[in-house]
Amino acid sequence: MDAFTTFTGVVAPLDRPNVDTDAIIPKQFLKSIKRSGFGPNLFDEWRYLDKGEPDKPNAGRPLNPDFLLNQPRYQGAQILLARANFGCGSSREHAPWAIVDYGIRAVVAPSFADIFYGNSAKNGLLLVTLPAPVIDRLFAECTAAAGYRLTIDLAAQQVRTPGGETFGFEYSAGLKHRMLNGLDDIGITLGHAEKIRRYEAQRQVEAPWLFVEP
Amino acid sequence: MTAKTLYDKLWDTHLIETFDDGSALIYIDRHIAHEVTTPQAFEGLKLAGRKLWRTSATVAVSDHNVPTKDIHRIADPVAKVQLETLARNCREHQITHFDMGDPRQGIVHVTGPEQGWSLPGMTIVCGDSHTATNGALGAWAFGIGTSEVEHVMATQCLVLRKAKNMLLDVTGRLPAGVTAKDLILAIIGRIGTAGATGHTMEYGGEAIAQLSMEERMTVCNMSIEAGGRAGLVAVDERTLAYVDGRPYAPRGVHWTRAVENWRDLTSDAGAQFDTVITLDATTLEPQVTWGTSPEMVVPVSGRVPDPNLEADEIKRSGLTNALKYMDLKPGTAISDIAIDKVFIGSCTNSRIEDLRAAAQVIRGRRLAKNVKLALVVPGSGLVKRQAEQEGLDRLFTAAGFEWREPGCSMCLGMNPDQLAFGERCASTSNRNFEGRQGHGGRTHLVSPAMAVAAGIAGHFVDVRQEG
Ligand code: SF4
Repeated sequence: MDAFTTFTGVVAPLDRPNVDTDAIIPKQFLKSIKRSGFGPNLFDEWRYLDKGEPDKPNAGRPLNPDFLLNQPRYQGAQILLARANFGCGSSREHAPWAIVDYGIRAVVAPSFADIFYGNSAKNGLLLVTLPAPVIDRLFAECTAAAGYRLTIDLAAQQVRTPGGETFGFEYSAGLKHRMLNGLDDIGITLGHAEKIRRYEAQRQVEAPWLFVEP
Repeated sequence: MTAKTLYDKLWDTHLIETFDDGSALIYIDRHIAHEVTTPQAFEGLKLAGRKLWRTSATVAVSDHNVPTKDIHRIADPVAKVQLETLARNCREHQITHFDMGDPRQGIVHVTGPEQGWSLPGMTIVCGDSHTATNGALGAWAFGIGTSEVEHVMATQCLVLRKAKNMLLDVTGRLPAGVTAKDLILAIIGRIGTAGATGHTMEYGGEAIAQLSMEERMTVCNMSIEAGGRAGLVAVDERTLAYVDGRPYAPRGVHWTRAVENWRDLTSDAGAQFDTVITLDATTLEPQVTWGTSPEMVVPVSGRVPDPNLEADEIKRSGLTNALKYMDLKPGTAISDIAIDKVFIGSCTNSRIEDLRAAAQVIRGRRLAKNVKLALVVPGSGLVKRQAEQEGLDRLFTAAGFEWREPGCSMCLGMNPDQLAFGERCASTSNRNFEGRQGHGGRTHLVSPAMAVAAGIAGHFVDVRQEG
């Protein structure tokens, strides 16, 4: 997982509430044996005019010109601005996998669904919760100016607008530590690597048969 | 020193560190992989640029998706890719892998004990809930999710919370014709599918001591159906005799030292269990499930229950729904239920003793006319070979059964072996959930002997009385 410090990125405003995980990544893609490569199928049903399939190449599929991620001004977006209850529906971890794989590093919204919140944290996707009136303002600013960027400072727990305004947001101390240091559950356990090695060395003495190969 | 349960001992020997929030870092001795729950874990390792912490701790076998008829032609492209992916990942990471066509290939929980991959005193994990099967060896074995699989491969550890201790004390001996499968079904019927939630179950008492190792595996296998993540049986002479000489078992001085150590793998006298359930084995009969949950079980002499006699409204609607799905009327005698198919197999009942017990019931007879298909799917290539050497395959085929290649098969129907809509099956597997063996399929869980008896009679019969 990449360490998450301060970054500034292009914002794409997805103006609808209750975006569910089936919309984020439709169920036919769950048959995959992979956890990467879902980016081209992020928001598949909104993004393309035909139906996507796991083994169908996405290049050459007819794009929906009205969908925001297909518009030139939002190319390379790293921040998704969204409405309430983003990420509701099924618990599929494929949703944050797809968002991250697309290149988005943070979603800013008034609220998020619980399981999606947990799954995102596990996968290095920062979810920023801001009050609805602030979100309204950001939507207005973002649609008014092409190339609109926000700066997110996780250490300070602040979002900065191009106009220099700042908005503070809440974030759990434990998750923040993980995100700032680029740690995942495995990374945290590997932080105990010395202890694990010491245990193994002692086990080799006490139960050597566990370490011999036939 | 305070008296410890077997689970306490296993916990303590694998504990690396306890954290402030009560969770603990636990060392995992053995990880057994199969094709369905590992691809994303391997990919996660790759994306993070990580390697296996200790390659030799992981071993792999293909089982869930494998065809049992023509192993060289996999019809489902998704299954094919999963199988190929496991093989490729194992090659890349130099993991021992028994692929299709290898005579040692089999159902992951059959192969583990058979090869000596699973040993007494180990912590054993696999991305599959029936990993508890290995607990019969006095090992702490439990199923994990895909992110935990990745965690184990990368760190050889898991972060866990200690479960409570439960003792299933089974007194007396099982009567003739009543098997380990009947015992575990009766236990689940008694305590319910959530009865052991949050507990590690230890099976003890005279009945368990009298069981063979394979029978103990059948009992431990279905711990998850009682809500327990792990099931255990203390180590005794039978355990040692079973492990001795297995391909991956220790030898020479290592064997001597291991045995010394393993003899302590029992609960101390006076150890405290949070929950104790006592069951009298002498009163048990062969069991048959009638519904869509393993707890919906009655003795073969019994009848399908009447929901109207159930006071609790939620339970009543559960019974009503199950009856509807199973297309059964309240009060129907179990022996009046006719079947369409028979499945002998799964990690619960596909070992050599199961096949012997099943074949013994045939006695020169044939399947009833109304039975459309009866499958015998050995738990591993080695079980299959052993059965063939004993001539069991010919007994089965002469009676009209199909003799197949090893795999999970109709236990969950991920391969082409499935029930058609509305078909009723006498099955030796472990789950009778709606759709488990095929969309709209109806599963009755029984022992291998009872499954064959039902196949020959065309309906359920008490294997102790028929013929
Ligand atoms: S036989 Fe059935 S229960 Fe056992 S591992 Fe295979 S699918 Fe799971």
